Amino acid sequence: MNLALADIRHKLGRFVLTCLGLGLLMAVALSMVGIYQGVVTEALALSRSLRADLWVVESGTRGPFAEASRIPGDVREMVARLPGVAAAGAITLRTAEAQAPQGTIRVQVIGYEPGRPGGPSVIATGRGLGGTRFEIVADARSGLPLGATLLLGRYRYHVVGTTRGLVASGGDPLIFMQLRDSQDLQFRLAPAAARRAIAASTGGGSTDTVNAIIARLHPDADPALVAETALRWKHLAALTDQEQSDLLTLSVVNRARVQLGMFTVVLLFVSAVIIALIIYTMTMDKLREIATLKLIGAPDRTIIGLVLQQALLLGGVAYVAAVAIVFSARDVFPRTVALGPAEVAVMAVVVAVICLLGSLVSIRAALRIEPQQALGG
Amino acid sequence: MAGPLVQVEKLCKTFGAGETAVRALADVDLQVGAGEVVGLKGPSGSGKSTLLNLIACIQEPTAGKLSIGGETVWEGHWRVPDLRRLRRERIGFIFQFHNLLPFLNAIDNVALAMTLDGVDRTTARQRAGALLDYLQVGKRASAMPSRLSGGEAQRVAIARALVNRPQVILADEPTAALDSERARVVMDLLRQVAREQQAAILVVTHDEKIFDRFDRMVALRDGRIEQEQPRAA
Repeated sequence: MNLALADIRHKLGRFVLTCLGLGLLMAVALSMVGIYQGVVTEALALSRSLRADLWVVESGTRGPFAEASRIPGDVREMVARLPGVAAAGAITLRTAEAQAPQGTIRVQVIGYEPGRPGGPSVIATGRGLGGTRFEIVADARSGLPLGATLLLGRYRYHVVGTTRGLVASGGDPLIFMQLRDSQDLQFRLAPAAARRAIAASTGGGSTDTVNAIIARLHPDADPALVAETALRWKHLAALTDQEQSDLLTLSVVNRARVQLGMFTVVLLFVSAVIIALIIYTMTMDKLREIATLKLIGAPDRTIIGLVLQQALLLGGVAYVAAVAIVFSARDVFPRTVALGPAEVAVMAVVVAVICLLGSLVSIRAALRIEPQQALGG
Repeated sequence: MAGPLVQVEKLCKTFGAGETAVRALADVDLQVGAGEVVGLKGPSGSGKSTLLNLIACIQEPTAGKLSIGGETVWEGHWRVPDLRRLRRERIGFIFQFHNLLPFLNAIDNVALAMTLDGVDRTTARQRAGALLDYLQVGKRASAMPSRLSGGEAQRVAIARALVNRPQVILADEPTAALDSERARVVMDLLRQVAREQQAAILVVTHDEKIFDRFDRMVALRDGRIEQEQPRAA
């Protein structure tokens, strides 16, 4: 007969409540793991979506995500003519506050030339951008439905398509628009300011500036070799997609990643202490029963099994509750909670190890209980 | 059985050492034979519980010799490698407050003692059920301890003590929580078991109402046997 299960059945309500409480704590820890993973996923979402092999940016910078980068728009033609380059597209990036039907939203605006690299790889609903200006494709995270109008700067844009899961490294949803629209938005001065600039002969006319050129290479082309070729131009720098990804994860979101990672470790440590205390309390509640078991001759393995099985059951049920809570609530989180089977499995192992370690103190205490403690009133 | 099932010779127990040493038992000699029910009485601190703990092998004597079922268990040191196995196989315990496991029903509380000994659960439950019937609590086999009356719980505890057919049964105030009538019933039951199973039963008690149920009364005072009194004919 299984003493651990019998004891749990006997105090089922208390066990369920304990599991629920522990499940909530584990749900927080699991969410942190998901948010940690989400930061990395979000950081890479844009670069992966653009499927770029090479990022050509302003010389001396590591743009466009880690540092500001501005290069003339005609550089795109130069890059397109580099040996090994199959296609090249100019893009602009800008974070903006926009007026949406539901209120002010914060978005990352990407300008690109339809038909060239730089646009979303998959359209979830509606269509991609065509030749018409003042159209946008918005990510679902922005809350903009098809047909909605977005006021951005001095212009109104209509949502003709939506994407899913495309956010910037800061978690802001992406808005795709024509390069010309984005250049106007980003570089065109307001009428009064433009007049002053023209009067002072400080420019204000051309807006053909972009933040980066992304290039797709022929399958047999070596990205490093093409990058080296691009570097020969003095006013350009080039990063392979791998370098850009490393830059995004190791530099751009590094602080957030480390912060979340450390917080996750602290949470796991707190969880471990709480689990150990719960198991200890559960064991000490059975002091007389364990003493009786020893007195009637129960071997140590029976006592250890009782404590260990309850610890693992507690951890297991609480973890199942935690997974259910997180997966049912993950869409409510403002940022991506990236949890897949691998993360869930690794956390399950972590919880099992915590339960095993947490039960060691209780097992030691249980084995120290003297049989004579069963005697007397 | 050639000799007594419980044999205590010059048994001593001292707690602590040096000036703070407390001698709980001094040169105690006691024998309990098969089928014999012996009562152990004495004021608080006289050493009754200590003697019971030593015979139960849950405390180690300081000097003397202890034999269970003819086998020397302690003489200078433990002579048996697995004391819990010895308790499981040869000694049954009955407690003042029954000490049934609250998370097992009556029949599983009894069967547990057998399953600990490696007997499969079905066989253990069959024997436990038969024993509960014998002790007239068979109808309460599926009841949890919290649902049993004091008398019923004590009978289940007796069944648990008997289920492995131990040679020795040690009882610590088994009737303390029972009224006079139920106390006598329990004692009669123990006498019956002693006769039928040829077990040696040693009972610690203060309950004068049941003194006449013992074959012998042993009185302890200040850690020594003060008096041995055979049952009046």
